[in-house]
Amino acid sequence: MRFKIYRYNPETDKEPWMQEYRLDDIRPGMMLLDALLAIKEKDPTLGFRRSCKEGVCGSDGMNINGTNGLACITLLSDLKEPVEIRPLPRLPVIRDLIVDMEPFYKQYRDVKPYLTVKDPLPEVELKQSPDDRDKLDGLYECILCGCCTTSCPSFWWNPDKFLGPAALLQAARFIMDTRDQATGERLDALDDPFKLFRCHTIMNCVQVCPKGLNPTRAIGEIKKIMVKKSL
Amino acid sequence: MSIQNIERRRFDALIIGAGGGGLRAALQLAEAEASVAVVSKVFPTRSHTVAAQGGMNAALANVLPDNWHWHMFDTVKGSDYLGDQDAIEYMCRAAPKVVYEMEHFGVPFSRLDNGKIYQRPFGGQSQNFGGDQAARTCAAADRTGHAILHSLYQQNIRAKTNFFDEYFAVDLLKDEAGNVLGAFVFNIHTGEELIIEAKTTLLATGGAGQLYRTTTNAMINTGDGMAMALRAGLPLQDMEFFQFHPTGIAGRGMLITEGARGEGGYLVNVKGERLMERYAPKAKDLASRDVVSRAIYTEVKEGRGCGPEQDHVMLKLDHLGTDVIQKRLPGIRQTCITFLGIDPAEHPIPVYPTAHYTMGGIPTDRFGRVVTPVKDTPEEVVNGLYAAGECACVSVHGANRLGGNSILDILVFGRAAANHIIDYLKDVRYHKPMDENSVDRAYERLHRWDRTGDGESVEQLRKDLKRTMEDNCGVFRTRDILENGVKEVHKLQERMKNARITDHSGLFNTARVEALELENLMDVALATVYSACARQESRGAHSRIDFPERNDIHWMKHTLFFRENCKLDFKPVRTKPLSVASFPPKARVY
Ligand code: SF4
Ligand code: SF4
Ligand code: FES
Repeated sequence: MRFKIYRYNPETDKEPWMQEYRLDDIRPGMMLLDALLAIKEKDPTLGFRRSCKEGVCGSDGMNINGTNGLACITLLSDLKEPVEIRPLPRLPVIRDLIVDMEPFYKQYRDVKPYLTVKDPLPEVELKQSPDDRDKLDGLYECILCGCCTTSCPSFWWNPDKFLGPAALLQAARFIMDTRDQATGERLDALDDPFKLFRCHTIMNCVQVCPKGLNPTRAIGEIKKIMVKKSL
Repeated sequence: MSIQNIERRRFDALIIGAGGGGLRAALQLAEAEASVAVVSKVFPTRSHTVAAQGGMNAALANVLPDNWHWHMFDTVKGSDYLGDQDAIEYMCRAAPKVVYEMEHFGVPFSRLDNGKIYQRPFGGQSQNFGGDQAARTCAAADRTGHAILHSLYQQNIRAKTNFFDEYFAVDLLKDEAGNVLGAFVFNIHTGEELIIEAKTTLLATGGAGQLYRTTTNAMINTGDGMAMALRAGLPLQDMEFFQFHPTGIAGRGMLITEGARGEGGYLVNVKGERLMERYAPKAKDLASRDVVSRAIYTEVKEGRGCGPEQDHVMLKLDHLGTDVIQKRLPGIRQTCITFLGIDPAEHPIPVYPTAHYTMGGIPTDRFGRVVTPVKDTPEEVVNGLYAAGECACVSVHGANRLGGNSILDILVFGRAAANHIIDYLKDVRYHKPMDENSVDRAYERLHRWDRTGDGESVEQLRKDLKRTMEDNCGVFRTRDILENGVKEVHKLQERMKNARITDHSGLFNTARVEALELENLMDVALATVYSACARQESRGAHSRIDFPERNDIHWMKHTLFFRENCKLDFKPVRTKPLSVASFPPKARVY
């Protein structure tokens, strides 16, 4: 199988370039990460992040044949040759497939992604009905891989002002949580022409999310709640 | 960079590792307004805690009657009486409070109709000291580790903890008197070194599942903290006890939570028989992990395995119905669909015991303080050094960990260590002077990898090590096999001296990180095979074919391995709990 992989080491390369690799020993069920690890055995200079190998740690988001995804849960048999692999778009490249995720993490921190309870805490759990808990499904499972935000045109155009789908999904995760008591502040903080309202429901984020989450719907829910609140 | 120009920073507390243990400690310290630095080789939410599935044990009695004392009994029995009962009592008593705290931090636990936290049955749990099955495992579907790790990271954002993300810790810094003074680390992004001086250092670096070829563990689980402790002259305790999880996906290793059996799944052999009925008539599929793993091995060895190679058994869930599976086990359903192309709601899952958990580790007391024998004292405190979680051995798991006790362990003892550090900092106002020799040693160890020219490849050595450990230190062991293991690991360590990397870039040099990780694994491997070779009995996860029985007269003691001359020592089990009567060793049946 043939691969074309983005290479760039600012210490030695003037510009990014594409390196071709070939792997002969492709077994059925092999994931793209397995292939990258096999390539790295032959060429240890190739840089990429990885850890869990099963789609839960969010380390290995990358652009695969033009679409963002996690290498560890992308089947080689689903990919067209040569497989073209690039770093996640629009984040500064540190080296090869490794990008600087800090702008993405900053968006995350900006939505104050932590449960805020103002009342005195009981000595036991805060109660929550199963139905209320169900509202968090599809929101809390995010692994911060960055696939969605870096595929979002609104993020490309306004990386500093638009919060991007992953951070907005987290905002929704806390707005929807019946235990959270900062809903008003959260909504006010998002009421801005850019932070939230730059989402034009282009849906790229939904198509790429490797966990099957739907940031577009979450953003729509926040907008709905805002409208209700302003009436 | 020359050694004189290396930047130095000072903190009250340094935490190495940003999994659940490190983050729980960091939060406690940040809230106490200590200055705290967390060094992690990966961004915190990539830590391996994220992969924990089934949940954490606490006697909340939300579903069935329960109390902490029953939990304690189960844990002592599960440990095959090698667990330290003071630490176990402490953990089981603290468990409910720690769970409630996590809930307050935001963990989206699954819920019961009355709004309380959902709890499921797990292996080795009983009511009434060995009676009916208990339901003690608090769960957020089958993504409990993810929920806990993310919530803790989120709370640390609120508390404004100092993070050094993607920094690699090379070695502990230590003076001649044995005080630990901080650590020598480097920034993986830039390659720049950094000396972190700290009044206290907490190791929370996790386990060493990468010792084995087929493992449920993430690639980052390379025993870094354990190896740092060894190189600092400290022992590792009980390293012969390595847990093989009964249900890794056969041949691939992805974890299928014990919660799958807790929800009603069961194992079948090629004839369709419920195999656990033979090995654990009462608890069946919810016997302890060591028991279930041995049962699967035996079935396969005796020709009752499934598949064309007859090399695994099947985990049946389809009778639970799609609703239960989607509600309670959505993560493993997705994993099966992704990696096997099968939906467990329709087809059974091929499973086989898979390397999972390091019971042994850096010896500590129940305050998380690292302890080491000095002259006639078996447990002398190492000044300034703490350890918690899988890298530590406190020991609450003894010879076999119960499912649902690992997340509990990291949170209870991460928190306990932080509380002790807070007290310690009240008395210790100043940093001790840095020992420059220890800085030099760490610097040299790191820069040994600058060498160029021909040499062995790290990749080949890593493969050989994993193969060696799988062949010589698996579920069933004998003297011959283990002695061979000792010999082989020594040979690999010799070859390691001649290893080279070809990438000498300063920028995000993953080849260098992997070389340092392999050095760590080598040290931990040696500790494991030596300890396994020494212990001439079968206890918990350590099964010796040549010594099939447990031997409480000679072997109810902890093993200690030192790197220098591969020396072994032993120390007694702390059988005295804090307030209740001791549980004396009994035959262990499920
Ligand atoms: S739906 Fe909104 S957030 Fe998602 S990709 Fe489109 S613009 Fe971006
Ligand atoms: S929403 Fe999905 S794509 Fe976006 S960061 Fe989270 S897991 Fe990744
Ligand atoms: S390696 Fe963890 S998500 Fe891919």
